[in-house]
Amino acid sequence: MPYTEATLQLLSIDGTLVESDRTAEYRALVDKLNDAQLQNFYREMVVTRRFDIESGNLQRQGQLALWVPSLGQEAAQVGSGFATRSQDTIFPSYREHAVARIRGIDPVAILSLLRGVTNGGWNPNDSKFRLYTLVLATQTLHAVGYAMGTTMDGKSGNGKPDLDEATIVYFGDGASSEGDSNEALVFAQSYHAPIVFFLQNNQYAISVPVSRQSRSPLYLRGEGFGIPSLQIDGNDVLISYAVTTVALDDARAGKGPRFIEAQTYRLGAHTTSDDPTKYRGQAEEDLWKERDPISRFEKFLRAKGESDKFFAAVKTEGEDLAADVRARVLALTPPSTDTMFDHVYTDEHPLIAAQKAWLADYEASYGDSR
Amino acid sequence: MSESLSMAKAINLGLQRAMRENDKVLLMGEDIATLGGVFRVTEGLKTEFGENRVLDTPLAESGIVGTAIGLAMRGYRPVCEIQFDGFVFPAFDQIMSQLAKQTSRHQGDQSFPVVIRIPYGGHIGAVEHHQESPEAYFAHTPGLRVLSPATPNDGFHMIQQAIQSNDPVIFLEPKARYWPKGDVDLDGTPAPAHQSRVVRTGTDVTVVGHGAMVAMLLDAAEVAKGEGINLEVIDLRSLSPVDYEPIVASVEKTGRLVVAQEASGNASLGSEIAATVSERAFYFLQAPVLRVSGFDVPFPPANLEGIFLPDVDRILDAVDRTRGY
Repeated sequence: MPYTEATLQLLSIDGTLVESDRTAEYRALVDKLNDAQLQNFYREMVVTRRFDIESGNLQRQGQLALWVPSLGQEAAQVGSGFATRSQDTIFPSYREHAVARIRGIDPVAILSLLRGVTNGGWNPNDSKFRLYTLVLATQTLHAVGYAMGTTMDGKSGNGKPDLDEATIVYFGDGASSEGDSNEALVFAQSYHAPIVFFLQNNQYAISVPVSRQSRSPLYLRGEGFGIPSLQIDGNDVLISYAVTTVALDDARAGKGPRFIEAQTYRLGAHTTSDDPTKYRGQAEEDLWKERDPISRFEKFLRAKGESDKFFAAVKTEGEDLAADVRARVLALTPPSTDTMFDHVYTDEHPLIAAQKAWLADYEASYGDSR
Repeated sequence: MSESLSMAKAINLGLQRAMRENDKVLLMGEDIATLGGVFRVTEGLKTEFGENRVLDTPLAESGIVGTAIGLAMRGYRPVCEIQFDGFVFPAFDQIMSQLAKQTSRHQGDQSFPVVIRIPYGGHIGAVEHHQESPEAYFAHTPGLRVLSPATPNDGFHMIQQAIQSNDPVIFLEPKARYWPKGDVDLDGTPAPAHQSRVVRTGTDVTVVGHGAMVAMLLDAAEVAKGEGINLEVIDLRSLSPVDYEPIVASVEKTGRLVVAQEASGNASLGSEIAATVSERAFYFLQAPVLRVSGFDVPFPPANLEGIFLPDVDRILDAVDRTRGY
């Protein structure tokens, strides 16, 4: 099974903290978290899941072309997302909805991508959360290049953790087989780039199990390139937070790249076009539901004395977000045809200008008859 | 100040000037730093600018272009060297699906001023994958610009213009023209990059080409002159966008057009030029636009390159055929 002796964990499935010499450094970081921070971890997991469910519903009702659920992967994302500092840059794949929210991306911007309104959705220079990338693993190279630039700019390795920058890139078990992710590891190591590779191993690339991607644990891929690499329980938000914090701080300190494999599980389908019943059984899904990141963390918080009132408030917040997202998605309007032509190039381009003008004339030639 | 230089040296000086003017310009590629590139186009630049601005990269073309995209996101202006034309294809996804589409995807929030230099074309007797002309793939792709200099002077100026462009530029350097020398005006104001140019005036037939083909067209024009035929020769310079005005104006005068290219002819840049000129100058054409191209076969073993590639005789044959209408 995915959890092995190598898998680092702080929070067991029953919601109790696990002690181990290998996790002492991480436990110390978690012990420093205050109640508000722990509440935020929970809140983001729950609210993102509610958003996720609402988005799936919107797709089923014909309001989105597609939905890409993150159901089950909330702990890996929320923990690592909160581990970033504001100066860090995040390169997502296309399923990192919780990380997007943590970086202040409007969930409706994500849905505008899936409703066919835009191919982007937000200005990544404002949020330092780059655009979703749909061709697997291509963003790993962009992230490494960006991190190489961080070094060239002298913005890492200055011994100033509050200012020094690091980059984190998200990819998955399927993407680990792409040439680009392997070239990214080569470049990152070769240029000693301040980057953390965060691999969410959700056990499937659409239908193909991770065993077809690799016969050995994926964190060993990082080791193979000479990059310090760890495997964590990706459904444990605390270990995700702590390990990613240390990895990012190592990277920003100029110690070179780091690699984290988070063992998690995609409880939902790959996308709304997928049918998981064709490639996996109920027993397996049930096993992973027992490992659910949210219920585990809720047990932990309740044992710490968190009130029913808090949990009720978070639930309400999720419902409010879902309603708000639904209303605003339905209100999205198609982009103007100009946006198709604008920004293909930054500088003037005669062919595009001519075609834009032609289309305007063509449309005008219909007069009011349309 | 004018100096007689090879195109390889002229591009080298152009890169040097661009790097001196803007410290965000950096070079990356295989064997380009210590060795100076297999064609020595980047020779000496590591010495002046250091290994942080002239990067010997790992041997991975997708990695080179992919990391260049990330560097552009951080405000750099990377100039990538792909060692040979046939080696660009491992980077194809990063060029086609990422670099070309990023500006549009970002809707104006981010520019991607990445230049990809590719030594291209035949006539050097090399092994497979070292003599190809892949321009049509890039010219076909929205979001890219494609430039190809034919002379040392254009090499010097156009590489700087490519670097100044805020858009991705595929810069195709004709290997066969790397070594012949020509006058380079080191101080003059260059013509706009995306402008085609009449390089020899004539009245009978317009012949158009780019890169190494331009010198061959000029040779053909000299031979034709001996037979009393005056060819007007146009150097395309920019393959995307193509500047059609000088071509159409020339065809309005001559009524005949031959497009010559090293690439295979099927669905080629020459096909696009033939179609566009037919649309724009239909009533001036006295004959169909003819293409002289490489055959629609993989680039053959070098012993056969002289048969595969258009030469002066094949160009003049097309000139004769267009005049026969």
